[in-house]
Amino acid sequence: MGPSINEFFPGAILFAGTPFEMNRIMLIRVLVVIVLALVFVLGTRNLKIIPTRGQVALEFAYTFVRDSIVIGTLGEKDGKRFLPILMTIFFVTLGMDLTGTIPLLQIAGTSVIGLPLLMSLLAYVLFIYAGIKQHGLKYFKNALILPGLNPLMAIFLALLEFLSTFIVRPVTLTLRLLMNMVAGHLLLSLCFLATNFFFFTVLAGGNPLGLLGIGTFAFGVAFTVLELFVAALQAYVITILTAIYLSMAIAEEH
Amino acid sequence: MNVVGQLAPLAFGLAAIGSGIGVGIIVGKTIESVARQPELQGRLQALMFLGIALTEALAFIAIAVAFIPFPAP
Repeated sequence: MGPSINEFFPGAILFAGTPFEMNRIMLIRVLVVIVLALVFVLGTRNLKIIPTRGQVALEFAYTFVRDSIVIGTLGEKDGKRFLPILMTIFFVTLGMDLTGTIPLLQIAGTSVIGLPLLMSLLAYVLFIYAGIKQHGLKYFKNALILPGLNPLMAIFLALLEFLSTFIVRPVTLTLRLLMNMVAGHLLLSLCFLATNFFFFTVLAGGNPLGLLGIGTFAFGVAFTVLELFVAALQAYVITILTAIYLSMAIAEEH
Repeated sequence: MNVVGQLAPLAFGLAAIGSGIGVGIIVGKTIESVARQPELQGRLQALMFLGIALTEALAFIAIAVAFIPFPAP
């Protein structure tokens, strides 16, 4: 019995039968939100000039997002405006992704489509809002029509631009995050299930072929480390893409 | 002879060839450009991520195809 897509739809635990039915993944999401809130409230409650170790770690994460993602893409003035929401996107995504590798939780909060969809809708509404606020309804003209082309070509390119800006962007933001987490979870569970099978069925049955389990276990550990990296990378990518889409929306017309 | 199985993994494999090559070219060219003009790094990096995001889209759509419940023929 290999891992299957059903792993992402476990049975209900709390409030079964009501619209607020919660399964394992929902509970993990709630837990992540509580932990994130606690870390930020307790971590920033009494800041010191000479920082403690926890404060240094928090400040490192905060300044990394602020300087290298937000201000690096949007510039000083607009970066400050959109900093809170981009920071939220980064840390929520990071926290939800990391649960994929934490023992006993072992499934990412972002591995069911609801949360990635929410993130990308947030980004979608945000960059359209920013564009309209900056340019008014001319934003759509700027986004779709490239100047200096003959009309036939302009219509064709407007269609392409519409597809890539207003349809492909949210779809890829969602699918990138979701599929990275789904594929990561399936890979890990495949490795560890194979280890279990080789050790406790094949080797226990007296077949030396079961020693292959050492190899699958090593791969499982290696992929766990890879998943940690992927979690951070996905949080980085979704934040920088949202920032880039924002900066394109508020840029001067071309 | 009957071949039984899913075509979806094959679809993903084929799509991954294209986007793999595409992402490789984008990143390689960005590295070349940064080596020539290091002062443009920030701007080039933004363009690189945008290009990767668009190119990768095909591969992600191909993974998602496996989970679309097509009606059986």
